[in-house]
Amino acid sequence: MDNILEVKNLTTQFFTRAGAIRAVDDVSFTIPRGQTLALVGESGSGKSVTSLSIMRLVPPPGRITSGEIVFNGSDLMKLNPEAMRRLRGREIAMIFQDPMTSLNPVYTVGDQIAEAVELHEALTRKQAWARAVEMMERVKIPDAARRAKDYPYQLSGGMRQRVMIAMALSCNPKLLIADEPTTALDVTIQAEILELLRSLKDDFDLSMLLITHDLGVVAETADRVAVMYAGRIVEESPAREIFYNPRHPYTEGLLRSVPRLTEEGLKQRRLETIEGTVPSLLDLPAGCKFAPRCSYVIRECTEAEPALLSVNEQHRARCIRWESVGDESAKTHPERSGSVNSIAPSPISDEQQASL
Amino acid sequence: MTSNGNLVEVRNLKKYFPVGEGLLGVGRETVKAVDDVSFTIKRGETFGLVGESGCGKSTTGRCILRLIEPTAGEVIFDGRDIASLSRKELRAMRRDMQIIFQDPYSSLNPRMKVEEIIAEPLAIHKVGNRGERRDRVMELLKLVGLDSSHASRYPHEFSGGQRQRIGIARALALSPKFIVCDEPVSALDVSVQAQVVNLLQDLQEQLGLTYLFISHGLSVVEHISTRVGIMYLGKLVEVASSREIFHNPLHPYTRALLSAIPVPDPDAKRERVPLSDELPTAIAPPSGCRFRTRCPIAEKRCAEEEPQLVEVSPGHFVACMVVAPGAQKE
Repeated sequence: MDNILEVKNLTTQFFTRAGAIRAVDDVSFTIPRGQTLALVGESGSGKSVTSLSIMRLVPPPGRITSGEIVFNGSDLMKLNPEAMRRLRGREIAMIFQDPMTSLNPVYTVGDQIAEAVELHEALTRKQAWARAVEMMERVKIPDAARRAKDYPYQLSGGMRQRVMIAMALSCNPKLLIADEPTTALDVTIQAEILELLRSLKDDFDLSMLLITHDLGVVAETADRVAVMYAGRIVEESPAREIFYNPRHPYTEGLLRSVPRLTEEGLKQRRLETIEGTVPSLLDLPAGCKFAPRCSYVIRECTEAEPALLSVNEQHRARCIRWESVGDESAKTHPERSGSVNSIAPSPISDEQQASL
Repeated sequence: MTSNGNLVEVRNLKKYFPVGEGLLGVGRETVKAVDDVSFTIKRGETFGLVGESGCGKSTTGRCILRLIEPTAGEVIFDGRDIASLSRKELRAMRRDMQIIFQDPYSSLNPRMKVEEIIAEPLAIHKVGNRGERRDRVMELLKLVGLDSSHASRYPHEFSGGQRQRIGIARALALSPKFIVCDEPVSALDVSVQAQVVNLLQDLQEQLGLTYLFISHGLSVVEHISTRVGIMYLGKLVEVASSREIFHNPLHPYTRALLSAIPVPDPDAKRERVPLSDELPTAIAPPSGCRFRTRCPIAEKRCAEEEPQLVEVSPGHFVACMVVAPGAQKE
């Protein structure tokens, strides 16, 4: 078994009054044992729903409508709710963006970690508490025995996230799903938590699914990257390739719109932008979902949705013009990125107007 | 009108908030959110104010607009001390100073149409008649890259980036000289952030605006700012041109902060300055230099004396006794 997780053709739909929304549409990826896959995308791209689908925690009116989720050799879709419950926490653990709302404010953090341990292992209260303290030491909380008696409000944001990580790892899971684990934290604390996650990955022999919108975090943490847009994976490759050889216009646009700390003298006057906004999932354009914002678009793009095409063995892109990405002369709508002369106008698109 | 080209001068600004009730009101603690901060903003420039949560950067911005009353200190705006203004004078002066907020969701009234939102400052200040205000709203919508057809819609019909444009249009309604941008792009998606940053820069050029740009996002600040001030626990620890701050940072906190930014480049050289411990609270800040408990180069004297901001090269100020020996009090 090389892969800890294989997601095959996953589709998760939300059945709302306004219509059925495909929040995740035919998504497939694998995580090799011991590796970190980063799922990257902007809000509404479907990255969090993908992770909730893996845990089978999609809230109604959402439902997984098709696909397989093969974890450690067995299809999670075939498990009954009780078996799934046992698996959550013990085999697959999850940490979230906001550690304050994920912790119970009226119990000490030690009690909460101990409770998680007791739920999955036959330990006495005392043994569970000892394990909680040990876990807090392993996530490098100073003076763990004393801090275990603290309530969440007594800890800083970074310490709370460490507690969440301690809780997640207390049962030795094989896969950790980290959903924007550092987004709510200050940059210096973020750096420490990322460092901690990297070292724990080796200590605990973990595989990781990292969900983030921050390409900087991806560059520092991930082995592989999957970029999502409008519920689909639009590009998937080893982490290095995404940064040096993006083959989807959306990925290219994302990378270029990040202001970077520049080399001296290279300061750019304007940031490059991606024109327009993410389309509404209620009313997606026909053909390629990125076409209305794409600077490389040609007629064929709007006629049929492109498949994920192989760039090389390790790299796939959902773009029929992937070979031209990066070539300025191949752009058909150069004004859609960069937008140097005008104040980037972003009127509501026709599609969105129709949906209002 | 000041002759030295400064639109805003902040002098020894302090804002203390009382916390808790104490026993019978005795021993009530205070949070020194902003503690003796001084800096200037030149006409037409963007001054970036950077720091982590709780460092006092937003409180500083709000004190400058007198949206909250400073505990002590002066804010000279366009040659006048705003602390000394009467309510009426202050209201008149507010036409020249506006603010854009972080969260485009909670800062727009969901029951008002876009036109009403943007026209509200005009109505409050009794500018023009109904028709003139309407024309001004259309002009403003166009200026921020929205369509006149959007005027009759409600905020919920817009995306985050478009809402932020509405907030910007409202701030521009009275043709201010100065805008406090309080984390204006932090809540937006990356691709939309770039659009809003570009818009702010274009507007500055067209309208000759002066910005105070408050953010914890260092790369955005480097991009947009002329000069930058770094805050830590209510104190300014370093002030310099954007270029100096990012290429020649001197204060150990600035260095640590810069080294912590994740770089979207897997091959980038990373020499992280590790910070020990976590942020102390502003209720009981450490003695002497407030950064010393986390500082990799702290010495014994750092606990004894509070470092002052000193100019180490033209326009570059730093408050650290170790890297800038003159920072000791005489």
